[in-house]
Amino acid sequence: MATPIKVNRIGLEPQVYKGGKTTLCAGCGHNAISERIIDAFYEMGVDPKQVVKLSGIGCSSKSPAYFLGSSHGFNAVHGRMPSVGTGAMLANQKLIAIGVSGDGDTGAIGIGQFVHLMRRNLPIIYIIEDNGCYGLTKGQFSPTADLGSKLKNGVVNDLQPIDTCALAIQLGATFVARSFSGDKKQLLSLLKASLSHRGTVMLDVISPCVTFNDHEGSTKSYAYVKEHDDPLEEVSFVPFFEDISVDYDPGTTQEVKMHDGSRLLLKKLEESYDPTDKLAAMRVLHETARRGEFATGIIYIEPDRDDFLRQLNVVDEPLATLPLERTRPGKAALDEIMESLR
Amino acid sequence: MSPTDVVSQEQTTPARTKVVNDFSIQVATVNGSGSQTANLVLLRSILLMGIPVSGKNMFPSNIAGLPTWYTIRASKRGYIGRKKEVDFLVAMNPETAKEDTLTLDAGAAVVYDENLKLNALRSDLTFYPVPFDKLVTAVCPDAKLRRLVRNMIYDGVLAKLLGIDMAVMEQALTKQLGKKAKAVTLNQGALKAGWDYAEANFTKQDPFHIERMNETAGKILIEGNSAAAIGCMMAGVTVVAWYPITPSSSLCESLIGYMRKYRIDKETGKATFAIVQAEDEIASLGMVIGAGWAGARAMTATAGPGISLMSEFAGLAYYAETPAVIFDVQRVGPSTGLPTRTAQGDLLSTAFLSHGDTKHILLIPSSVEECYELAMQAFDLSERFQTPIFVMMDLDLGMNNWMSNGFEYPSKPIDRGKLLTTEILKKLGDWGRYKDVDGDGIAYRTIPGDGMPAFFTRGSGHNPKAQYSERPDDYVVNVDRLNRKFETARQHVPGSIVENVKDAKIGIIGYGTSHWAIIECRDQLREETSVSASYLRVRAYPFTEDLVKFIDTHERVYVVEQNRDAQLAMLMRLELSPERCAKLRSVLHYNGLPIDARSVSDDILAQEGFEVAKRVTHASASSMTGGE
Repeated sequence: MATPIKVNRIGLEPQVYKGGKTTLCAGCGHNAISERIIDAFYEMGVDPKQVVKLSGIGCSSKSPAYFLGSSHGFNAVHGRMPSVGTGAMLANQKLIAIGVSGDGDTGAIGIGQFVHLMRRNLPIIYIIEDNGCYGLTKGQFSPTADLGSKLKNGVVNDLQPIDTCALAIQLGATFVARSFSGDKKQLLSLLKASLSHRGTVMLDVISPCVTFNDHEGSTKSYAYVKEHDDPLEEVSFVPFFEDISVDYDPGTTQEVKMHDGSRLLLKKLEESYDPTDKLAAMRVLHETARRGEFATGIIYIEPDRDDFLRQLNVVDEPLATLPLERTRPGKAALDEIMESLR
Repeated sequence: MSPTDVVSQEQTTPARTKVVNDFSIQVATVNGSGSQTANLVLLRSILLMGIPVSGKNMFPSNIAGLPTWYTIRASKRGYIGRKKEVDFLVAMNPETAKEDTLTLDAGAAVVYDENLKLNALRSDLTFYPVPFDKLVTAVCPDAKLRRLVRNMIYDGVLAKLLGIDMAVMEQALTKQLGKKAKAVTLNQGALKAGWDYAEANFTKQDPFHIERMNETAGKILIEGNSAAAIGCMMAGVTVVAWYPITPSSSLCESLIGYMRKYRIDKETGKATFAIVQAEDEIASLGMVIGAGWAGARAMTATAGPGISLMSEFAGLAYYAETPAVIFDVQRVGPSTGLPTRTAQGDLLSTAFLSHGDTKHILLIPSSVEECYELAMQAFDLSERFQTPIFVMMDLDLGMNNWMSNGFEYPSKPIDRGKLLTTEILKKLGDWGRYKDVDGDGIAYRTIPGDGMPAFFTRGSGHNPKAQYSERPDDYVVNVDRLNRKFETARQHVPGSIVENVKDAKIGIIGYGTSHWAIIECRDQLREETSVSASYLRVRAYPFTEDLVKFIDTHERVYVVEQNRDAQLAMLMRLELSPERCAKLRSVLHYNGLPIDARSVSDDILAQEGFEVAKRVTHASASSMTGGE
């Protein structure tokens, strides 16, 4: 008797969500992130035909080729993926966009586009695979390298790092989280919650570079991150399609209702931390950074703000496929314009 | 004798020849003084009198305070290019009045603010001093509004002096100000004050007259940027991303205006478009590429500096084969300096924009009508060839007012190019995103969300199935196919407009706004020296086959351009034989002012061995310095 084939809620097998074979280094944190993306999209039953995968340039940006092989992908130019993603979503707001960037791709060459993406609240899941260095060009510091962090050759970073989460919150992103590629459970919950959010999700995932930034003295090594990971809450995600009642203590657990009806249950680990409070979010980021730690989990969330498409008051159907009758005004309109010019 | 013929007048010295409907008026004001309304009313009045007319604004990169000149040309023969000589000066700007007056040709007329005392400067001009301050105080009790109304007085003075029907001028005024009743009344008062003052105080002494003709029925007045915007709307554009830059901003701004009026869904009140002011030109093109990739008709508009910034993305779009429409409203060079002056200086850099082996399709409109038509065609070509299309306009075309026939409603549906469907997929069997199945270099594409097979989009490194590849043979196959696609485009871009003159030894090649100077220049050559010149107007790159034939049938070919380095001629030399290259001469105009027929004629005549009189460079050219 054949074993029944495992499928998700839209009847697709896990295989459909996989991508090409990775060409990144063995043990690279980015590969773990790709695996979590595959799991999250499979478990949430996302139609891969509706997904667009976007990236810039760098090790991180190669990774969309390694997940969701049956989705469209676009490997854009260095630091400019946000604009390409914006254009794609303007063309077809029914798409689900996932953008993968790196800390150099976002924090250096792409900081301008990153900043403006956050301001617009475009519906997109924007992941920074953050290892504090440039891998593909062999290990130079990136703008998220911490003060005092040391390169393999002994060079010490003495420039202030950019905290992409603090920046994203300040600029108006509506779902800002940080995680660690080694924390399977937390990352998966955050990715699933991301799929339920309508607006910009900014997910900074510390993802150690095993080749160039995993040594003693680095603040982005596996050992250092494991030691200094400071989760704000225990993240549980209850998708809209699972009719499960979960008992929780409202005194210690905060429930956040997502756009699609899913629920986020955040069991507090930090005393009285409220991720819907912008000021508290900024404070916690500063405080943990001062201690040399990484605050992880949902740092800030605002589930109800209008996304960019709604702000633009665009029709519900994809603009890309509107029929000509709706995109070319009639002859009367041209006649009226011509008359106004006589 | 028709009223428009030149008539000798028997008068006391100096002997004056009556000049009817064939002269230019230059209004010199201070930027930001509200002269635009007065100038447009004057322009439209002449149009409504039935006389072909054009208006050109020569303005500084400044909001207020620097000198600005507006030139209106009336031409009974229908010439709407710039006229080099100024015949009638309206001097309102103390800063430039002296130099503007000193550089006029003898016989010109000057209406001026009497405080400027210009009449003392020369004895060979006709002077009409007007007490503007006194007149405006009488008609405009509110001191705060006087600055805006003051200029309307010179319209009244000119109406009287030139013979423009006052009723026509009031009609033009109402058209300009629309429903603002209070403003109309106030300005009507100023118009009348000017007229009354001229009637009471001046005896007509200059030879310039406006007399009714019937040459402008049905004509419109429009800027090229607005014309292109209408074309984009009619092409069914759905995504627009842009970044403000002179002289292209008004293209997107007028598009916003039209789209809000005509492209809002009646039932839902929602927009059938998305227009985004991006953070820079790089992001503008990035958004357009993303949108084009996802199946939208998408465009941006910019000028040279923006084109430079778009370079990397333009190359990506060329290799990834995504449609994009980019308007380049060309202007003079980088940074500060002459951003508000016209040029055709981006041709060469745009044709090869980006790194690696890249070449792009350029469309080059000459008229506002072509801005409209080529805008529509650009979208069809970009989807047909799955590549960026650059529409090369210039400041003169984009920002100045041009008289034109009304635009025709498009008779054809749009062409969305080779999109994969279930039927085609069945026929092909084995689909590859970059596989040339038809031999024209164009592969079938799919768009996200269409249910067809997906592919991964990258730059140069992919095989016909869109898989990552660094294999030498895959790369060569791909770039050779891209070249084949470019050659296919040669058969589909708009062909040249050719006017061959029987037995003409010389030919002229031009493009863009040089067209208007060239048609007038050909008349000058024929009438002044009996030199006949054929004419070919290039409308696209890659060049179409007519170019070679034209060169072969003429002994010498003059390529007229508004840049220093003969950029179009350089592009031509890349593909012409040495014998054909040897026939090429250049006529180059690059001082930031729109090209004029006289300069072209004199240059060609000099190269043809004729004695050409040295002419004084005109005032506006030498005095446009302004301080910062």
